[in-house]
Amino acid sequence: VSLLEDELETEAEESPGAATRSPAALTAFRRGASGVTVPILTTVIAFIAGGLIVLATGHNPFSTYTSIFNGTGLNWLFPWVSGAERATAAGNLQQTLIQATALLLVGLAVAFAFRAGMFNIGGQGQYTVGGIIAVWVGSSFAGMPPVLHVTFAIVAAGLAGAVWAGIAGVLKAVTGANEVISTIMLNWIAIWLGVYCFQLGGPLQNPHMASTPVSSTVLPGARLPVIWGSSTLQGLDAGIFISLALAVVFGLLINRTRLGYESRTVGFNPEAARYAGINAGRTWIKVMLICGAFAGVAAALDILGWKFSLFTNDIQVSQIGFYGIAVALLGRNTAGGTVAAAVLFGALLTGTSDRNISLSIDPTLVQYLTFMIEGIIILLVSTDVITLRLLKGGRRIGVAIRRRPSDKGGASEDGAK
Amino acid sequence: MSVGSFAVTPAEAVSPKRLAIAGLVLGALAWVVTIPPIGVRTIVPSIVLAALGAVAGAWSITGGERKLGIEAIIVSVIAVCGAVASVKSGHSTLESVFTWSALVAATLRYATPLLFAALGGVISESSGVINIGLEGMMLMGCFWGIYGADLLHSWVWGVVVGMISGGLLAAVHAFFSIHLRANQIVSGFGINFLALGITGYFLEYHYGPNGTPLNISMVPNVKIPGIQHVGFVGVAFGDANLLTWVGLALVPGLTFFLFRTKWGLRLRSVGEKPRAADTVGLPVMGIRYAAVIVSGMFAALGGAYLSVGFVGSFSNDMTNGRGFIALAAMIFGKWKPWGALWACLLFGFGNAMSDRVSSVNPTLGTLFEALPYVLTLVAVAGVIGRSRPPASDGLPYVRE
Repeated sequence: VSLLEDELETEAEESPGAATRSPAALTAFRRGASGVTVPILTTVIAFIAGGLIVLATGHNPFSTYTSIFNGTGLNWLFPWVSGAERATAAGNLQQTLIQATALLLVGLAVAFAFRAGMFNIGGQGQYTVGGIIAVWVGSSFAGMPPVLHVTFAIVAAGLAGAVWAGIAGVLKAVTGANEVISTIMLNWIAIWLGVYCFQLGGPLQNPHMASTPVSSTVLPGARLPVIWGSSTLQGLDAGIFISLALAVVFGLLINRTRLGYESRTVGFNPEAARYAGINAGRTWIKVMLICGAFAGVAAALDILGWKFSLFTNDIQVSQIGFYGIAVALLGRNTAGGTVAAAVLFGALLTGTSDRNISLSIDPTLVQYLTFMIEGIIILLVSTDVITLRLLKGGRRIGVAIRRRPSDKGGASEDGAK
Repeated sequence: MSVGSFAVTPAEAVSPKRLAIAGLVLGALAWVVTIPPIGVRTIVPSIVLAALGAVAGAWSITGGERKLGIEAIIVSVIAVCGAVASVKSGHSTLESVFTWSALVAATLRYATPLLFAALGGVISESSGVINIGLEGMMLMGCFWGIYGADLLHSWVWGVVVGMISGGLLAAVHAFFSIHLRANQIVSGFGINFLALGITGYFLEYHYGPNGTPLNISMVPNVKIPGIQHVGFVGVAFGDANLLTWVGLALVPGLTFFLFRTKWGLRLRSVGEKPRAADTVGLPVMGIRYAAVIVSGMFAALGGAYLSVGFVGSFSNDMTNGRGFIALAAMIFGKWKPWGALWACLLFGFGNAMSDRVSSVNPTLGTLFEALPYVLTLVAVAGVIGRSRPPASDGLPYVRE
């Protein structure tokens, strides 16, 4: 972030128009604008780069991107789409939002840790543990009143995720163990624990399907209601409201509470936080507990909303922890940004999935194209310099066009230094 | 100062650290005695040993050795569980699981790809650049290794092409983290996604749904003439892959390079105090670039071992998190080649064990898969809590 500010600061100094307005006001304005512009530009660059790869391998990038876009269901938002096309679009958009629901929460789990100066790679494990507990609670306790059952399952999954992440928090606080390593280890332990539970002969395997490595199915009373679309064709469930509500909670927690303040202080400078009387270790533990709860609830919403059961294979191939990291990074670890990034990644996942039959090229190719685009996005997010330079170059060209050509002032000489 | 009374603190008799280590050893022994070749068939000796281990651990905690003490207790508990499992299972089962010669051979097979990547990590992080992208670089070596071996009909070219691909991807990471001063962990993650995309895309593009061809030229195994049929040694080491030997040879080689040569010293100085290195005229950026690119080539070699050396084909996301395990092994090994080797052997042993156990009891085998990770977690919390990474690991260098 400091690098970003450096760039903006220098830009404010160099910019020819800066003298007319207060430099501080200008910087503040640009910093606010770049908070939105940079992520968007980053995404655009990544898509262009992906398009070049499509082009280089002999496919048409425009038709590819059009069919990806239609596959996401976002064309439902256009009023001129009608009839059968509209029905398909609605179905696709429901899938996009279903994906975004969990991505948002896992993203928040990573983002909260980032704000406290920690790197939570453990979203995967926290999600897995939450899923195990959610499917167990959801498929047991028959006869419980529906609202209570759903609440119980979600809370239990959140607690499970919190405990799992809490292990890493406690280890960091007490022994100084690096959370990157401990969360990676906890991911694998959670995955093998899940496989153990649901594999053939495992303790939680579905007793009615002896030859399938799958959990029992969530009881009808423990399922989240479908709010849009068909309940048999995986319509959008009410989980998205819980997810969005938790995003609001995240924003309030970070910006309006003592814990949020402490977390940000520890994240900014643990040493200074200690001088200010903040116990960094305790803050780390609290932050990890909250992160884990977010990820655990994400799994519960998936299980109770549309998955209803857990295959060992699902556990092993799930990549949601890593998507969560990408979502948090692109969303700049803010509540609003994470929501937007989650919708983008949800759309990418849906638009490139096998079920998108309108694709003009091999869907497998497109899936891997998505990975490349995501990789480029994350690389660009890791440093704002490239995007900022482009932004700066663009503005300078704009300034140069607006001003008379005779006017001296170095409109673009050092734009690409 | 009444020696023998329970009130005496360990510090007066023996140092708490030694006591804790003794506890660790006793705890581990509790399990060891129940498995072949010792193969005690009753649980009693194990319980006694584990209890002694736990008491030693607890006692050392009162003496101030908290981490190791807790660890000794945890190890004792795990060992009793293991001992119960082995005593309850049949004698023939035990014999078939603990065929030590085959276990050693399998451990080496599983450890080899990890070892290359972990050594790559040692090089990169010694120069001060965190490399979370090891996973992606491995994956590149994995796919392009097969591609090269297929296209040029020789495993030598496969390995070369694989290493070049890993080096190229590492160069991207180097550019972002050194030149653009990116957040190195984030950049490494981007690298992993990028590699997943590139390898998957080109697998589909070149080979389509049928996958890679079957008759790939593969890295040969080294059949050592003298010992190949000599019992234990023959099974364990007589038929190991060429790359396994290369990996093992790299450990002392890299240690010598890092700690006994001029360029090794320079590499480490850049990772510890880049400002000082710059002041005496060392090209900080250049050394870091070289280190990251070489680390990518090492990781890719590990990936190439998986595809060209072991399996003979490529499937999507074939490395399946091994790069992250290698990263853990490097940290577990305290950023040193020998440490990384032991850690990789531990992970390899865990995999080999779970393979063996799965063949007898699939359910239990799954739990064994998790064992190395649990051990690493315990170790990260205790033993290596005290180790430290290179002082400037992860910090971009800005020249003034």
